[in-house]
This record gives sequence, C-alpha cells and structure tokens, in this order.
Amino acid sequence: MDVVKLVALGLITLIAAYASDQGLDIAFRVHGFIVLVVAAGLFIHVLRRVDEPKTAIVATDYNDGPVRAGVIATAFWGIAGLAVGVLIAFQLAFPALNFDWAQPYGNFGRLRPLHTSAVIFAFGGNALIASSIYIVQRTSRTRLFGGGLVWFVFWGYQLFIVLAATGYLLGATQSKEYAEPEWYVDIWLTLVWVAYLVIFLGTIINRKERHIYVANWFFLAFIVTVAMLHIVNNLAVPVSIWGSKSVQLFSGVQDAMTQWWYGHNAVGFFLTAGFLGMMYYYVPKQANRPVYSYKLSIVHFWALIFLYIWAGPHHLHYTALPDWASTLGMVFSIILWMPSWAGMMNGLMTLNGAWDKIRTDPIIRFLVASLAFYGMSTFEGPMMSIRAVNSLSHYTDWTVGHVHSGALGWNGMIIFAMIYFLTPRLWNRGAMYSTAAMNWHFWLAMIGIVLYAASMWVSGIMEGLMWREVDDQGFLVNSFADTVSAKFPMYVVRGLGGVLYLGGACIMVWNMWKTIRGHAIVHQPISQMTVPAE
Amino acid sequence: METYSLLREFADSWFLIAMFAFFLGTAVFAFWPSLKAARDDAASIPLRDEATGCAKNCATCVCKPLLEQERNDG
Repeated sequence: MDVVKLVALGLITLIAAYASDQGLDIAFRVHGFIVLVVAAGLFIHVLRRVDEPKTAIVATDYNDGPVRAGVIATAFWGIAGLAVGVLIAFQLAFPALNFDWAQPYGNFGRLRPLHTSAVIFAFGGNALIASSIYIVQRTSRTRLFGGGLVWFVFWGYQLFIVLAATGYLLGATQSKEYAEPEWYVDIWLTLVWVAYLVIFLGTIINRKERHIYVANWFFLAFIVTVAMLHIVNNLAVPVSIWGSKSVQLFSGVQDAMTQWWYGHNAVGFFLTAGFLGMMYYYVPKQANRPVYSYKLSIVHFWALIFLYIWAGPHHLHYTALPDWASTLGMVFSIILWMPSWAGMMNGLMTLNGAWDKIRTDPIIRFLVASLAFYGMSTFEGPMMSIRAVNSLSHYTDWTVGHVHSGALGWNGMIIFAMIYFLTPRLWNRGAMYSTAAMNWHFWLAMIGIVLYAASMWVSGIMEGLMWREVDDQGFLVNSFADTVSAKFPMYVVRGLGGVLYLGGACIMVWNMWKTIRGHAIVHQPISQMTVPAE
Repeated sequence: METYSLLREFADSWFLIAMFAFFLGTAVFAFWPSLKAARDDAASIPLRDEATGCAKNCATCVCKPLLEQERNDG
C-alpha cells in the first residue's frame, strides 16, 4: 500500500514540477508549485513511516479529530474571508484603496470573488463538513466510516480553497459566479467531494439507529446536489493541459441558465439545505428538547428539495432567457417561501417552553437570531424574484443587502453558534472561556448586520429609482456616476457594519484560543451544557 | 418527432405527474397515523447521543464508557 502511495506521490511531484516550469500562465505555474510542495512533503512523510508498525485504530470512540481541525479551519477562513470583505467594502467607498503597487492582484475585481468564495466555501464549507461529520456520527451512533479517508477530505478541501484563492488573485477564473475556479481545480474538488459522499453515506449505512435523523437527510441532499451542480456547471474543455484557461461547453443563454441553475442552488443546497441540517441538530440539542414537529421536518425537507431546484431563472429576468422560463423561476421562488418558513417555525417552536434560555444562553441567542434572519431573507428573496420588483432591485445594492442578511444573519450566526457549541465539547472543557465575550460577539454581529442591511436597502432602492428616473422630455435624469457618488455615505456605513461583524468574529477567535488552551476558569454552570436526556 | 420536443412533452406531462405524486406521497407518509411512534423516536435521536466533551483517547471523559455501553447493549 505504501509503495503504491509513494509511486503515485512521486509521479504527481514530477508532473507538478513540469507544470510549474512549463505552465502557459502564471496561475498554472504557481499552482504547479503548490502541488509540487504538497506532494513532495507527503512523499517524504509516507517514506519516513514506511517500515513503522501501523498502530491499530481504537474504534470505540467517535472520530472527532477532523471535526476539531474543521472548527479551527472554519474560524481561520472566517476571519480571512470577512477581512477581505471589509477591505473590498472600503475599496468601493474609497477607490484609492485599489493601491497602484498592488495591481493587478489587489484589484476589487480579483478580490471580490476571493471574498465570496472564502466566506461561502471556506468559512461555510468547513463549517458544513465539520458539523456533518460530528452530527452524522452522533445521530447514527457509530464511528465515521472510511478510517483515514476523512483526512483526505479535510486537507483536500483546504487545498481546493488555496488553489481557488490564489487562482483568483493571479487571474485564473472561468468568470462564473461562485464557480470561478478553473478546470483542474474543479476536477480536484470533484474527487474530494466523492470521498466526502463515501464517508458520509458509509456512516449512515453503518448506523445503529433505526431512523436516519432529519439533519442527515439535509446533509445528504446538500452533498449529492452540490456534486451534481458542480459537475454540470463546470463542463469545460481546457485549451491546453498545461494551462489554466478553459472553454465552457455551453454558450449564450444556455450557459447563463446553467450558471444560475447552479448559482441559485449553491444558495439553496450549500447555504440552506446543509445549514438546515446544522439547525435541526444544534437547536434541539442546545434547547434540550426534541424538534417541534418531526412530521413537519419531513414535509419541509421534501418541499425544499423539490422547489429550490427550479428557482434559478429569477436571476435572469429581462434577459435573453424566454419569458416562460423566468416566470417559472419566479413562481417557484414564491412557492418556496412556504417551506422556508415552515423550517423557520419548526426551529423557533422547538424553543417553546424554553424561551427563557434566550436571556441566559448566548448559543440559543445566536440560533434564534440565525433563524430570524433565515425567515427575513426567505421572505425578501421571493419578493425580489417577482419580475416587477426585480426591475427595481436587479443590479442594485439591494441584492447585495439581501445576500448579506442571509449570509451574515442566517449562515454566519449559526456557524458562530456551532463553534460555541462544539469547542467546549471537542476539547473537553466545561464551557467557553468567557460568556461575556460571547455576548459582546453577539451584539457586535447584530449591529453589524443591521448597519449592513439597512444601508444596502437605502442605497439599492435609491439607485434603482435614480436609474429609472426620466424628465418630462423622456430623457434619463441621472448618469451612472451620479448614483455612484450618491451612494458614498451608505458605502461607508456598510463598511463600518462589516468592521463590527469582523470585530465580533475576532473576539470569538480569542475566546476559542483561551478555551482550547485550557485557561478556562469555568464562569458558567456546567448545567448550562445539555445533559443527556433520560 | 425530434428529441427535444419528445422529451419536453414527456417532462410536461407524465414526469410532472410522477414528481407531484411522489411529493404528495412524502407528505402522506410524514403524517401517516401509525408511524407516529416512529416520528417521536426519530425526533429524540439527538437528545440521547452523548455526554459533554467527547475527546479522542481521553481517559477521563464521560463519553467513551457511554458509547461502549451503548455498543454492548446493542
């Protein structure tokens, strides 16, 4: 086995060395070098252990090492992604921050996809992988399937993030929203994702519980659908095997439709279905009550799965897409409001009889805020998908505000709850080091989101109205630059909102550090942690 | 008939009915009266799974004996 590994790693090292020397563009050469370093490092690592006796894995406990790594990776990429977000927010307000010395790498155009991918795939993705691995083991009551394969998933996913991020900065992109990485990075992610599916599905098959808990249904839907979306949207032919450039298989409106079928379901299955899996575990767990209605959760699951997949065309109102298609997308988006709110109610009603915890338990507060923002953005989204509303909102900051009320509110807050839930458990501490810091984090994040969303509503609606304003002769009143200068104050407020949100996350990292390093003076009673139900 | 029209007609009719029937089936399944106990059982899964702090190779934590005990109980 080691010999096979060594041969494979040696070959990869050689090919990567050739690629880093002969690559046709800078991104490909740098990526060749990164792969070279990783493969050579692994080669030496395997070689040094070749004759050592293999230690038998004690399989009587849950495999939590990768979850621990995942929690740390989530926090790390969270800070990185949020920091880039704050930077580009201020770049929009103060264009001088597109420093001349940093061109073209520090340009807004290259940093924006870095921000979106970092927060969605690195911050959100690591949270999803860590949570799903933690939850599937507990709710299946069995050790994770696949032994060391989970480490391939974890480190393979980090390598994907590094390749994607450096690629954007160096100009390798296929210019598809949320799907910017070029062909070889896409192939790598596909391999990692299949391994992820194998360990997850294997654990479910090995389960000791009779039922598959609803959270695992959502995680499975997330893994399977993302695989399908990723493969179809990234069908491309590389121009050369030694270069990063590729040509899409689809063209024109078919390409646009495929892209937004992917793009909206990245929101629907990555940022919604997967995170609902987290919600269906952490909310009952932290409230120490079963989910409000398990029946509703089944209907919620199937309704969400059946409806989300059709909603993509609402991104293409007033384009070359046929009217019937965008109407279909609009209608399904509006119907989608119902299962979304069913899920929100199911989560919130779980707290029935435990509402007092919202005062005493910061984790419950994060979870409730997260569900509230889920409810708000799943109302706002269907409304914005209506063609008439979209004619005002499309291409304006309203869209940006909507995305961030979902991302910072729903996804961000539930990830913070996850980190506060998992950290003491994974490192066997009684509780987080500081409850006060958790409360500070909560309020900084809340005020940050409010500043962000409110400024973007004002800015977006103003912008939409200015673009359509005509004088009595029928001429447009405002030039584009007029709207840009009118938006300046809102851009500054948005940037400040981002600073507060980032500040809260930094407090969280400090709190994690103190907790993990074991400085904990347990400030809160252990009983605040959930006790096993009788 | 060209492939597109054929598939399109199939998608608009029989497959649409099949998907809708499946969807209604899941709703009926969810609320099927005799499965109520199964639903309650499933809902309680996360609440009977662990004690605090489950660290690998941890000699003192509560989780490992519990897990082993559950294993032995089947």
